[in-house]
Amino acid sequence: MPRREIRITGYGGQGIILTGYIFGKAAAIFDDRYSTMTQSFGPEARGSACASALVVDEEVIAYPYLRQTDVLIALSREGYEKYIDELNQDGGILIYDQDMVEPQELKGTIKMYGVPAARLAEELGKRIVQNIVVVGFATAATQLVAKDAARKAVESSVPEALIDLNLQAFEKGYEYFDN
Amino acid sequence: MTQTKTTQPGSEQELKHPQDHLLRSDRLPHIWCATCGIGTVLKCFIEAIDRSKIPYDDIAIVSGIGCTGRVAGYVKLDSYHTTHGRAIPFATGLKLANRRLKVVVFSGDGDLSAIGGNHLIHAARRNMDITVVCVNNFIYGMTGGQAAPTTPGTAVTSTTPWGAFEPAFNLPQLLEACGASYVARWTSLHVRRLTKSFTEALLKKGFSFVEAIAPCSTLYARRNRLGSGYDLMKFYHDHSEIRHGADVNEVDIGFQDKITVGKFIDRDRPTWLELNDQQHEATLGEKYYRHAETIAAAAEADAAAPPTGTAEKTQDGGKDSGKDGGKNGGKDDSKEGSHA
Amino acid sequence: MARADPGHVLTGSHYLDGDHACTEGALSAGCNFIAGYPITPSTEVVERFARRIPTVGGTFIQMEDEIASITAILGAAWGGAKVMTVTSGPGFSLMMENIGLGAMLETPCVIVNVQRGGPSTGLPTMVGQADIMQARWGSHGDYEIIALAPQSPQEAYTLTIEAFNLAEKYRTPVMVMLDECIGHMTEKVVIPEADSIELTERRKTDKPPGEYLPFAVGEDMIPDMAHAGEGHRYHITSLTHDEQGYPVMSAEVQDKLVRRLCDKIRNNTDEIVMLEEDGLDDADVVVLSYGITSRVARAAVDDAREKGLKVGRLRLLTVWPFPERYIRELAERVKAFVVPEINYGQLVLEVERCAAGRAQTILLPHMGGDVHDPAVILQAIEEAAS
Repeated sequence: MPRREIRITGYGGQGIILTGYIFGKAAAIFDDRYSTMTQSFGPEARGSACASALVVDEEVIAYPYLRQTDVLIALSREGYEKYIDELNQDGGILIYDQDMVEPQELKGTIKMYGVPAARLAEELGKRIVQNIVVVGFATAATQLVAKDAARKAVESSVPEALIDLNLQAFEKGYEYFDN
Repeated sequence: MTQTKTTQPGSEQELKHPQDHLLRSDRLPHIWCATCGIGTVLKCFIEAIDRSKIPYDDIAIVSGIGCTGRVAGYVKLDSYHTTHGRAIPFATGLKLANRRLKVVVFSGDGDLSAIGGNHLIHAARRNMDITVVCVNNFIYGMTGGQAAPTTPGTAVTSTTPWGAFEPAFNLPQLLEACGASYVARWTSLHVRRLTKSFTEALLKKGFSFVEAIAPCSTLYARRNRLGSGYDLMKFYHDHSEIRHGADVNEVDIGFQDKITVGKFIDRDRPTWLELNDQQHEATLGEKYYRHAETIAAAAEADAAAPPTGTAEKTQDGGKDSGKDGGKNGGKDDSKEGSHA
Repeated sequence: MARADPGHVLTGSHYLDGDHACTEGALSAGCNFIAGYPITPSTEVVERFARRIPTVGGTFIQMEDEIASITAILGAAWGGAKVMTVTSGPGFSLMMENIGLGAMLETPCVIVNVQRGGPSTGLPTMVGQADIMQARWGSHGDYEIIALAPQSPQEAYTLTIEAFNLAEKYRTPVMVMLDECIGHMTEKVVIPEADSIELTERRKTDKPPGEYLPFAVGEDMIPDMAHAGEGHRYHITSLTHDEQGYPVMSAEVQDKLVRRLCDKIRNNTDEIVMLEEDGLDDADVVVLSYGITSRVARAAVDDAREKGLKVGRLRLLTVWPFPERYIRELAERVKAFVVPEINYGQLVLEVERCAAGRAQTILLPHMGGDVHDPAVILQAIEEAAS
């Protein structure tokens, strides 16, 4: 798979950075590819806009930033509005939380996949795993990384006591796409 | 190096400073002016080292810059002459890297309380296990007599030609507030008491601070027409008041005013290293990789005591007001010790 | 060569940012003392150290400022520790006087600067490369310094180990000139087995107390070290000093000392310098870069080659000492150097000096906040090649 560029956006506290980290780790550590995760740092705190960016490639990554987004994962309206114009109109993929984002008619051949991630997370009793539901869903929808690699990345990136919960969230998101 | 001098035709007598064992006599004569108080303070300190029985190899001296900063160069111990104001952080690193060391900062009032003031207060707050000797001559000597944070109001210096007007630091008050374990002040006339305080400070766990008021006749006294070296000693004699345990809020020093001296603070607080160990042991338990050696353990382990100090001929000056606060200070000790 | 202690080394593949990788490099190198002060974007380095060191064996202390931090690590080095401090622009400025003390006392230590945009408070959370000259010249007086510039979290790890090795070998402060991009960029970092990590040990004196002269040197001009408490009862001073460590205020001793402080590094430039070259054999144009900019440059060079341009790439892993001889020789056979930097022209001055008119030198400045647009570098390559 050639170079792919992913933007993940939402607000602070949704686990946006962790989501990027998990995809990046899945690719670089468990999928034998290269990945670079960057994030915009600012004095922002919880509740304000937040984004992470990921490049995944078969080859060593020189330029580590996004030039044209292939996948946009938007968990907030603000983030969606800020980054939607970056998304490649020719085959780009938009993943969004249905309850947070209402996408407009998009130009070109952008594929859109909505998931009620916050609601699915609440069904597991913990809204905090919303982002992991998204990881599962996006793994299925984008084939960015192998499912097994993504699972391992989730498993190795969350606190030990919460591994089971997070894996359930991952599966729930993955299955939601399959259904 | 020992100097030899022919005293009679045909006979050679070896002339040795009584503290030659701890002085770099190959670096003498020193740079200090005649009647400067630093040499006297250093002599008391060296005597205290011997009394403390701390092995010489376990002591390190760190100085900043200035007249007193030169002390590091004259003491035959591991000694570091660093940059202006930075002796305390250097000493902090040295201590934390080798807990066995007794680390002493020996510097002046400008070095410690102006440019190094931030380090001074934080080292006291941490109760870092070091001893700080501050020779306070109320002025910047090395650079030619400028005002210091310790210069009392109305004193003339080269940068306060019409008289100083900024309020001066009351160093014991400052150090008490920051959390020092031991705070004492003497003048260079109080050689026995100063020596005793140095000894106590060296053996005190935690941050100990001894302020030694010392004359600068070349600059401070001359600019303020305070007379000769003898006059300065006479002033200390007549105007010092010994008050152990005095309220540190009341020991500020005005221009040519009473100098309250004594041991003001002597209390036990856990040191930075103790707290560091305690906290990590409490939270990490067995996983904490502890550097075992503490000064106490090191001192205990060392039986080899250095030779004791030489006889001291100078008599202590100052009158004892008898107003011993008793809270923090010990009893007056005029009969103490190994003096001849 | 000594080997790393397995207890310090987090062997395995990790997904780490450059700051955290730097901490792991320090730990692998045996660093057991850091004094630091929080400053964005470097704080993660000390945060990780503070978390890791109590179970590894060593001390972290958060000092009252950066002046105290640099000075405390110098003291700790003389107490026998392997030491590092970490900062960014404003803190780096505060450290300068005592970086000079480190050079003067020939104290092995590592100083990490995760560069951000300046001057002054500038861009605390965004990238800059404008401290490169300060790294070389920031403290007063003449001295030489070693500075390394990683381009990835992996190199933040390996070059931090290298920094410790160089510091010990040459008894000098060594700087790791990270930048905000590398510091906050997360990539795979492979940490090898401890026994495959080579460490340069501090060369201690074998002289007994009484015979040891702290600044006496042999042919390599690097004195053997002794720590406080080892019985030598020496004197170490920031004043100009002789072999014994005693202050001597004379032009003669000054000449001898300053020459040695500089030459012990200058004369070993070829040995110290690490650089990466790519396609220089038939290059007309060379893009010279370091740190994050080298990755942007690489993207531009790849694009230029696709267009059939003869363009080579030269990346400096060692920024100081500057590879003078190498650049001089290269200038004989290329048409131009293109030098992109996230500053208004710093290392380009060295390139220009060494090229001395034999090749054109083209600065591509970028003031910071983000990296160059690769298209700008590509355009400069095209112009230089035509």
